[in-house]
Amino acid sequence: MSTLVAPVQESPSESSRVHYLNVSYGIKSWLFTTDHKRIALLYLGSITFMFLVGGIAATLMRLHLIEPQGTLFEPGTYNKLFTIHGIVMVFFFLVPSIPATLGNFLVPMMIGARDLAFPKLNLLSWYVYIVGSLFTLYAIIAGGVDTGWTFYTPYSSNYAHSEVIAVALGVFITGFSSILTGLNFIVTIHKMRAPGLTWFRLPLFIWAIYATSIIFILGTPVIAITLFLLGLERLLHIGIFDPAIGGDPLLFQHLFWFYSHPAVYIMILPGMGVISELVTCFARKRIFGYSFVAFSSMAIAVISFLVWGHHMFVTGQSIYAGLIFSVLSFLVAIPSAVKVFNWTATLYKGSISYQAPMLYALGFIGLFTMGGLTGLFLASLATDVHLNGTYFIVAHFHYIMVGGAVMAYLGGIHFWWPKLTGRLYPDGWARFGALVIFVGFNLTFFPQFMLGYLGMPRRYAVYPAEFQVLNVMSSAGASILGIGYLIPLIYLFWSMRYGPPAGPNPWRAKGLEWETPSPPPTENFEEIPVVTEDAYNYARSDGGTRG
Amino acid sequence: MADMAAHGAHPPGFAHQFEEMAQQREAGSLGMWVFLVTEIMFFGGLFATYTVYRSLHPQAFEMGSHLLEARFGATNTAVLISSSLTMALAIHSAQTGKSKSTIIGYLIATLVLGAAFIGIKLYFEWYHDYVEHLIPGIDFVIRPEWGHAGSQVPLFFCFYFFMTGLHALHMVIGIGILSVLAIMTARQRFSSEYYAPLEISGLYWHFVDIVWIFLFPLLYLIGGRYGTGVH
Repeated sequence: MSTLVAPVQESPSESSRVHYLNVSYGIKSWLFTTDHKRIALLYLGSITFMFLVGGIAATLMRLHLIEPQGTLFEPGTYNKLFTIHGIVMVFFFLVPSIPATLGNFLVPMMIGARDLAFPKLNLLSWYVYIVGSLFTLYAIIAGGVDTGWTFYTPYSSNYAHSEVIAVALGVFITGFSSILTGLNFIVTIHKMRAPGLTWFRLPLFIWAIYATSIIFILGTPVIAITLFLLGLERLLHIGIFDPAIGGDPLLFQHLFWFYSHPAVYIMILPGMGVISELVTCFARKRIFGYSFVAFSSMAIAVISFLVWGHHMFVTGQSIYAGLIFSVLSFLVAIPSAVKVFNWTATLYKGSISYQAPMLYALGFIGLFTMGGLTGLFLASLATDVHLNGTYFIVAHFHYIMVGGAVMAYLGGIHFWWPKLTGRLYPDGWARFGALVIFVGFNLTFFPQFMLGYLGMPRRYAVYPAEFQVLNVMSSAGASILGIGYLIPLIYLFWSMRYGPPAGPNPWRAKGLEWETPSPPPTENFEEIPVVTEDAYNYARSDGGTRG
Repeated sequence: MADMAAHGAHPPGFAHQFEEMAQQREAGSLGMWVFLVTEIMFFGGLFATYTVYRSLHPQAFEMGSHLLEARFGATNTAVLISSSLTMALAIHSAQTGKSKSTIIGYLIATLVLGAAFIGIKLYFEWYHDYVEHLIPGIDFVIRPEWGHAGSQVPLFFCFYFFMTGLHALHMVIGIGILSVLAIMTARQRFSSEYYAPLEISGLYWHFVDIVWIFLFPLLYLIGGRYGTGVH
């Protein structure tokens, strides 16, 4: 087993080289930058902060649930905690996570461009994100919000006594940062690929980001208008979801899930793109079935818009609509499964090395598979009646969102960290951290499958005493998971200053981003590269990445 | 495309991240089209919701529609279509290298027509609705002659104000863009080689126009205004 990638000796010319990090200094050079790499780092800092906010809310919830009678918080406060956790994690961490950080950094680098098509729009998207976050943070400080992250009417529009308008406005505003990012990616990928870089030579990460961007631009406007209408209704005490004048509160759910189900794929698709990069690099093999993986991303993006009704099987939707949505939900599992099969087939007879990014990738494949398969339980009408609204759902989507999306995000951060910062992190600690996160994650969420199956409803501050053992297990797992997240935070910060220089390509990976120095110069490439080969042109004679 | 020499010469308006001018123009145009797709989804949410409710409450929506003055809506439709013509003429003049006063003239004509649209909307329609107590949430009186469906008439007016209000907001933004374009034209920023901002803003203006062309029949003309609907 390898321990650390052989560091490249830092030559005198290397330490004085001008790159995007040292080209200018001072707060202004960051706040007014239009460099996609710097904007990626601005996003990285902001979403890490929001992750901490959402994580603290989750920690307090798990602490509260150690006891059946939940004496730590008032039930009302508990409601606010799970709402804050959901809203912050979904809209302010998971949705922007991989696209806004790794996507911003890598899209131009991977396609051989000097920047995104609209650099100023890119900076604007970060400011829009910040304004949206500030509204939400204000609402949390001013008293919180207790509607759940789904804002269901008529509770949110008529009855809730909390800061619904401020939070809805925060999410509404942040939506525009997603739209701008998606727009920028689509135009960049269409118009700015290097000579020779045809669509079917693109890294699969780019395909995944492209599919994600399509969901960004098609889905986000709908949630924006819906939350805007909700805010107006709350303000004026009359509006289109108001039953008193013939409005239909259920229509809010339709509009909400029309975005929010595709949003699930906004969170997972970029992660799938990352995994394709990691698996090929650390198995030293070409991806198995390139075009299948690429088109499955597009298929997921399209089908994701047709399945929203599976969130509403028991909320008064017609049984025939339920049947159709059930069938379509099974359909969306196919492209997801195609990806898992292809990654597995790529690993087959590969020259596999278990460095930290690869550990995250393998963790992703297993956990995503579990999350996906349990999703099929919920897509079946009959089992959903039993499982809907229980911890089974909570466990299911955390396997996708945390076991899938966050694992992929961390794997990607570890993989491209040497490119982002020009430094290596301690590989032993990184592998240890990945292991702690994997163990903590499973201990947190596997018991929740059982709790849900046994009938414990979600979103309750108290529960029958018979569920205590499983709840304590879950809370214990959450504390391990929390520590697991702190470990990379510490050594990654440490490595920025003390890590050994990474050299241009520490993993001996393929792809244009690895052909530039680390960190890259502001213009990315001295000369725009010409691409003459397919993606992942790994040969096993390369001998793997072992140092 | 990989030609670094392209970076040496800097034509006006050329941005560093592109390799050549044609690439920049295509990117700008594609960017606007993608943006318009998001706009379609933005209005689409409202259109879909409107359609659902209209089929649920046909009587109330017909009565609501009949309270609007179709002649003002029709006038505004004509005003907006004319403004699209002047916008197209402004772009055409820039493309064929006409004098800058011609371009500015067409831009200002577009701007004036846009302002006229908003003026008619505000003074003859929204103000009138206010006087008639037809603004839900602020001042709405349900009239006895509407019968049992009367309680749902405010729902129609919620849509009417959301949709026309959102449309008017887009018009105001468009007027702002037109003002900037007129100033840029006066400062000789455009030529027959470089007029991408005019072209891209034109796309936006035409889009706002098309939204109105859908809104007008949807809000003003449903239920056969001159037929045998509920009176």
